[in-house]
Amino acid sequence: MSTAISTYSKSDYINFIVLMVLGFLVIPMTVNSDYWFTSILIPWLCLALATIGQQVIMGYTGQLALGAAGFMAAGAFACFNLILRVDGLPFFGALIISGLIAAAIGIVFGLPSLRIRGIYLMVATLASQFFIIWVIDKFGWFKNYDSSGIITAQDIVIFGRPYTTPVDMYLVILVVVTVMTILAINMARGSTGRNWMAVRDMDVAAESMGVSLLKTKLQAFAISSFFCGVAGALFAFTYLKSLEPVAFDIKLSFKILFMCILGGLGTINGAFIGAGFILLFPVLLNYLGNNVFHGAIDATIISAMEQVVFGVLMIVFMIYEPLGMARLWENTKQRLFKKKNK
Amino acid sequence: MSTIEERKFKIGDPILEVNNISLSFGGVNAITDTSFNVLEHEVRAIIGPNGAGKSSMLNCINGIYKPQKGSIAFKGDTLSKITPNIIAQMGISRTFQNLALFKRMSAIDNILVGRKLHSKANFLDVALQLPKARREEKVNLKKCEEIVEFLEIEKIKDTPVGKLPYGLQKRVELGRALATEASLLLLDEPMAGMNVEEKREMCRFILEVNEEYGTTMVLIEHDMGVVMDISDRVVVLDYGKIIGDGPPEEVRTNQNVIDAYLGVSHGE
Repeated sequence: MSTAISTYSKSDYINFIVLMVLGFLVIPMTVNSDYWFTSILIPWLCLALATIGQQVIMGYTGQLALGAAGFMAAGAFACFNLILRVDGLPFFGALIISGLIAAAIGIVFGLPSLRIRGIYLMVATLASQFFIIWVIDKFGWFKNYDSSGIITAQDIVIFGRPYTTPVDMYLVILVVVTVMTILAINMARGSTGRNWMAVRDMDVAAESMGVSLLKTKLQAFAISSFFCGVAGALFAFTYLKSLEPVAFDIKLSFKILFMCILGGLGTINGAFIGAGFILLFPVLLNYLGNNVFHGAIDATIISAMEQVVFGVLMIVFMIYEPLGMARLWENTKQRLFKKKNK
Repeated sequence: MSTIEERKFKIGDPILEVNNISLSFGGVNAITDTSFNVLEHEVRAIIGPNGAGKSSMLNCINGIYKPQKGSIAFKGDTLSKITPNIIAQMGISRTFQNLALFKRMSAIDNILVGRKLHSKANFLDVALQLPKARREEKVNLKKCEEIVEFLEIEKIKDTPVGKLPYGLQKRVELGRALATEASLLLLDEPMAGMNVEEKREMCRFILEVNEEYGTTMVLIEHDMGVVMDISDRVVVLDYGKIIGDGPPEEVRTNQNVIDAYLGVSHGE
């Protein structure tokens, strides 16, 4: 919504520095429960990264694609195999190549977008979800012929030092997510993002201005899948600590879709807000159930409540604030700021 | 008004030639065996009653429609089987009848999209903010700020265009077309739905662009007063056929044209 010009204001830099200090110094020093790292911060960052991928294709380029989890699976298994089979390949190298592999697959599954749009495209991209999982299941090579079906992910080793404690893994993810978020913001605010949004808002006009629909759509699919692929590899190596195709089922794709919509289509910060909300909300409900109602409410009811509330929220946001929580946040900030000025 | 004054860019040779094109949708003929040309640096108007095939004509030139018969040549190159984005690369830009702006983007962003063909940085340059991308963005932004200033829309440049009133949206769309620095501009009813004041301003912008940069213009317009004022030559279409072609004064006195506008039935 805001002007997409790749110049950054002073407040952008201040926000950035505050977030960096918070992420790299304050959180590792103050949070001393492993639970927070392994169950909240790590999955939050991984899923936020995947949600950025979903934002690129859906929020910015306007292509209704569903199947982020499929590309996450592709990235995860690519990373596993690269580390397994290529000697001396550094972790970050494997991560980048995994992303590139996911991107290549993304281009192939993005091809239907040149012919079909809207809900039909969603159905077509759904194929990617099932196809990727099927291929991984079908061919034992991807799982290194492991009969148990669940493979333990290798330890993350960077420059000979293993990163296995929750805080270490959190920091590794934070570095990757920070870099990739900056890249995403640069693209979204620059000419690349303008081309995406032009295709989203009015494709005929975009084409008449010299924007190639073919190139722009496939580029968006590739970048989106790259983000999902890297997120998937991180998700498997740090959160799941194992690789199993079922972990990347359609439910995860939907979850990412919800994070994208609730956070706010066409926003990068919305990816973080949406992912945070969807991850933390069940935690909050459980907490309320245990500590406020002291177990008076059955656990199954609480988990059912979760679904109901998500459903209602989706509808409410679709109707009243299609731009999601990121917009609410902006509005609140503006209001507070205005009051201060008075 | 333009014929008496000394023009910086003298009207030259044909830049666009439409030769015997026919276009039909199913069984309906939108354009039938039509030919006309556009001279370099001139303001050429296409007029005609509703459904005469004026917008279809622009859509053919712009590559959105493919005529079944005939050919269109721009600067000597025949345009056939090519897409709007290739036409854009050849130096033809346009505005649309029913506004085709990028609604959720700000006015300046809309205009910046018009700079697409002047942007060489790829997505990696942009993602990494390499000097190439930064330099280019700066140049493009400066160019667009100039257009914003020229069109007097500084106040609304950061507003999402979907929220702007109609007249301003039309201006932003003209700005986007100008940003391409195309040598031929196709304007589809740039003044439709405007009041007298807005029309006068739009006319001024169009003439200034033509005089300042020598941009060739093809415009569709319904307001005969406006057409007579700003165009060098006029093509009159009716039922997909040309019924008049020439300078405004000549077209105005053409009996076929008068009949078409007064609704005299054909064949009388």
